[in-house]
Amino acid sequence: MAGKTLYDKLWDNHLVEQRDDGTSLIYIDRQLLHEVTSPQAFEGLRLANRKPWRLDANLATPDHNVPTTLKERKEGNAGIEDPVSKIQVVTLDENCDDFGITEFKINDIRQGIVHVVGPEQGATLPGMTLVCGDSHTATHGAFGALAHGIGTSEVEHVLATQCLIQRKMKNMLVKVNGTLAAGVTGKDIVLAVIGKIGTAGGTGYAIEFGGEAIQQLSMEGRMTICNMAIEAGARVGLVAVDQTTIDYVKGRPFAPTEAQWEQAVAAWSDLHSDADAQFDAVVELEASDIEPQVTWGNSPEMVVPVSAVVPNPADQSDENQQKAYTRALEYMGLNAGQAITDIKLDRVFIGSCTNSRIEDLREAAAIAKGKKVAANVKQALVVPGSGLVKQQAEKEGLDKIFIEAGFEWREPGCSMCLAMNADKLGAGEHCASTSNRNFEGRQGFGGRTHLVSPGMAAAAAVAGHFVDVRDVLQAN
Amino acid sequence: MEKFTQLDGLVAPMDRANVDTDMIIPKQFLKSIKRSGFGPNLFDELRYLDEGKPDQDCSQRPKNPDFVLNQPRYEGASVLLARQNFGCGSSREHAPWALLDYGFRCVIAPSFADIFYNNCFKNGILPIVLDEATVDSLFKEVAGEEGYRLTVDLEAKEIRTPGGRSIAFDVDDFRRHCLINGLDDIGLTLEKADAIKAFEAKHQAAQPWLFRG
Ligand code: SF4
Repeated sequence: MAGKTLYDKLWDNHLVEQRDDGTSLIYIDRQLLHEVTSPQAFEGLRLANRKPWRLDANLATPDHNVPTTLKERKEGNAGIEDPVSKIQVVTLDENCDDFGITEFKINDIRQGIVHVVGPEQGATLPGMTLVCGDSHTATHGAFGALAHGIGTSEVEHVLATQCLIQRKMKNMLVKVNGTLAAGVTGKDIVLAVIGKIGTAGGTGYAIEFGGEAIQQLSMEGRMTICNMAIEAGARVGLVAVDQTTIDYVKGRPFAPTEAQWEQAVAAWSDLHSDADAQFDAVVELEASDIEPQVTWGNSPEMVVPVSAVVPNPADQSDENQQKAYTRALEYMGLNAGQAITDIKLDRVFIGSCTNSRIEDLREAAAIAKGKKVAANVKQALVVPGSGLVKQQAEKEGLDKIFIEAGFEWREPGCSMCLAMNADKLGAGEHCASTSNRNFEGRQGFGGRTHLVSPGMAAAAAVAGHFVDVRDVLQAN
Repeated sequence: MEKFTQLDGLVAPMDRANVDTDMIIPKQFLKSIKRSGFGPNLFDELRYLDEGKPDQDCSQRPKNPDFVLNQPRYEGASVLLARQNFGCGSSREHAPWALLDYGFRCVIAPSFADIFYNNCFKNGILPIVLDEATVDSLFKEVAGEEGYRLTVDLEAKEIRTPGGRSIAFDVDDFRRHCLINGLDDIGLTLEKADAIKAFEAKHQAAQPWLFRG
């Protein structure tokens, strides 16, 4: 019999029961909750007079629509100006208090974007099943955990039963061979992968990312990659556990200690695909071929290397693709053949669950240090992923570097990633963003998003247009 | 989910085809954080003369005297008699939530939109499909008799009229089982509570660090 993939192992380890209709009951070790997708789930529990199955499996924090300016944040919940946002955040507090669920509230130093907070607290552990009512939950797969996003009715289902009804996915391996060039990051890898397989390429699969380039990445880099698995159509992204994983987890507040730590580390050593495991699909990339990436359209697959030009719809063989390209160029206000480095920026956003961890901020700060944001850039935001990331960055003096360069230094939250709070793009504005979605209107009505790495975003802020971050690094 | 075995309810007629989910609950009410409390805004645009806004006290609003639910004789109705393609439109569950919150437990129509039909079962509402002629006859009977009630017997799969007529209806066995026992998806999974507990105990023994007590 062929060996098992990492996904197979995680699945088998959590299989409670196979049901007659082909679905399975899967046990869930951890649920992360936030203010947008949880209220009706709690309401449902109350209406049906049910209690959460296991309180300690849940952890909550508000993130999607908390304000990120100090002025509003100082006031706590009372400072949230938008009434709908406010009621959602207040409701999360009430629900967690009522049911007894641990929550990092708005001004708790541990508050932040759920996908930053989970790993940072050690609430995300190797070998776990983890869910959250948010599609970027695959982030946690970087720890060799089976993690994916769910809908509100499933949030309620997990609260009430600690289980989820699932169908098994297929296995895909994305193998990145060799070593990345300096200035090229996990973000560029995942954008290049999406460019190669398309936004539906991973549909129905759990994608495991492997190969030397992945092994050489930090946990932050791996999280960035798994975060965007959903943008390739896959609900699950995974990376095998190795020493990097274990070193990251060690000593975190929710991580095991002492004898249990030893026991856990021993168990985690099995969290990789067997050498003879069979994948349903394999995609290979050479790390040395990957340049810094920039998206030019309204789908993450509309991506090219920074040295390239905006593609011509006429060069596409597929007619639907041609139409999509034409429509995207129109929306983005770009011309076919235009150099990527000629795209001028109005705003820059460094943040989101994709790229708001300490390493991301260091990478951006290294570029911004001693420079100034270009005059044509109206706003350059840096939004740390959590209160603890912010604190660490301030300890390292990164906040000063950003502020001196003309960036705004904000309080933690999702912010301009989805424009649910006041941070938004104006119509027609181009934004270099470290987030994960460049859909029409995602960052504000009529806004034009270009997805890039933190270093690329910082370099673009300084130049006022896209530049190759490798050139900047060389000049420094 | 509340069990549904037998219902003896006052019938309200909604004599209009293609009632969509926006008509059942207009979209300005979808931003709520709750799934209860939609009842006062059920059929909002038909029911009131002014434009409805979220968080309003609906008792103060001018009612449309011509709308059927505003007629005193239909107050307290729990069976809604409707026309074809009832519930077309969005997939959100707000429409059944609003019907349920108002007090309807059963909707009878010649046909329903698919998703809405499924969502009804998930929320403890029984949608019954009867042929056009039968539905028509019920509309006539309701109009002719104030206080007209129907007995909906899910166990026997039949409806009984005040005149003593019984009308058989069809419903999927599995769904019937779920409604009679008050089982939604969660209820169904909880039927496996013992298996889940057994798994959990084993899981905790093997990986105690996943449990923090
Ligand atoms: S940062 Fe953006 S993508 Fe991530 S959880 Fe928040 S809104 Fe979703």
